[in-house]
Amino acid sequence: MLDVKAGDDSSFDFLLRKYRSPLVNFLNRMVRDSSTAEDLAQEVFLRVYRARKQYTPSAKFTTWLFRIATNVALNSVRDTRHRKMEVSIDAPTGDEDSRPMELRAREKRIDQHLEERDRIETIRRAILALPEKQRAAVLLHKYEEMDYAEIARVLDCSQSALKSLLFRAYENLRVQLAPLVAQPVEHRAGEGRPS
Amino acid sequence: MKCEEVSKELVEHLNQRADSAQRRELEEHLAGCTACRKRAEELRGIWNVMDELPAIEPSFGFDARVRQRVAAEPRRRWFELFVPQPRLALSIGLLIALMVLVVKLPLKNPGTAVTTTATQQEDFNAIKNLGVLENYDVVTKMDVLSELTPVATESDQSPQSGTASND
Repeated sequence: MLDVKAGDDSSFDFLLRKYRSPLVNFLNRMVRDSSTAEDLAQEVFLRVYRARKQYTPSAKFTTWLFRIATNVALNSVRDTRHRKMEVSIDAPTGDEDSRPMELRAREKRIDQHLEERDRIETIRRAILALPEKQRAAVLLHKYEEMDYAEIARVLDCSQSALKSLLFRAYENLRVQLAPLVAQPVEHRAGEGRPS
Repeated sequence: MKCEEVSKELVEHLNQRADSAQRRELEEHLAGCTACRKRAEELRGIWNVMDELPAIEPSFGFDARVRQRVAAEPRRRWFELFVPQPRLALSIGLLIALMVLVVKLPLKNPGTAVTTTATQQEDFNAIKNLGVLENYDVVTKMDVLSELTPVATESDQSPQSGTASND
């Protein structure tokens, strides 16, 4: 990032290649919609570029990056919430992660594939049902593998506040995802369904 | 370690980020507490289930769109290097204004000017009466002293001085 600050555009390309995937995934899990997630990820990179002159290496670059991403995502979630109050959370999204699954689906039985999609949708819905800050904390903790100090910096809160936030978030998830834990994937494969 | 504390520590324990001393303490507690052990297993189950959520890849044109937007950003021209940043310029401007205000304030304050003039007038009256006050013969005669009262400035006129002259 210091090279980008110094005006090296190739370093910005490096950052783009390195962080585009985690950023798009984080935003996709925050906002539910992959095309919106891509738009927001572009916005994040643009903000990074605009703020390059003000960047000071006081914290890890990823902390700074995800702090911007979290703010962008939270703003988007709050904006869309006002516009889509009438849309039920149960409504089908029509934007599932079908691309990576399509190849595998050919080799699986259709019922197994559908069941897997149901599980993914349940997990996605459970995460999306969390309050925004809890959701961001869980995503950074679980999928970005950040430690408490980093997440606290991203979310601009104390570590003890974060500890309570994550505790409440995982408690919510424990209730929502309990049926999936009780019925793991391996066991479902041989449940005696008609072939 | 109490069960309430363990519930919160378990979350940190999930991604193996807890330090070894903390982990050892936690494991010791779990070994002896069935309720916490059950809770830990449930949380571990949730953690594993969440792994099923697949990752997506950015679309093919993602990088190109970002580069396009970055290229569309206005570039700073060479002469802009000499133009101070707006925040810095504003701060310096405010600082200068504050300094000017502090320096000019005592001269512009009319209350202070009136006080200074009044003090000068009192001094002048005292000097004017100095000859009388230094004359021993005059001072020893109390009747003459009573005549000094009206000479005092208007600002010093008070009910007390009035009473003294009447006496």
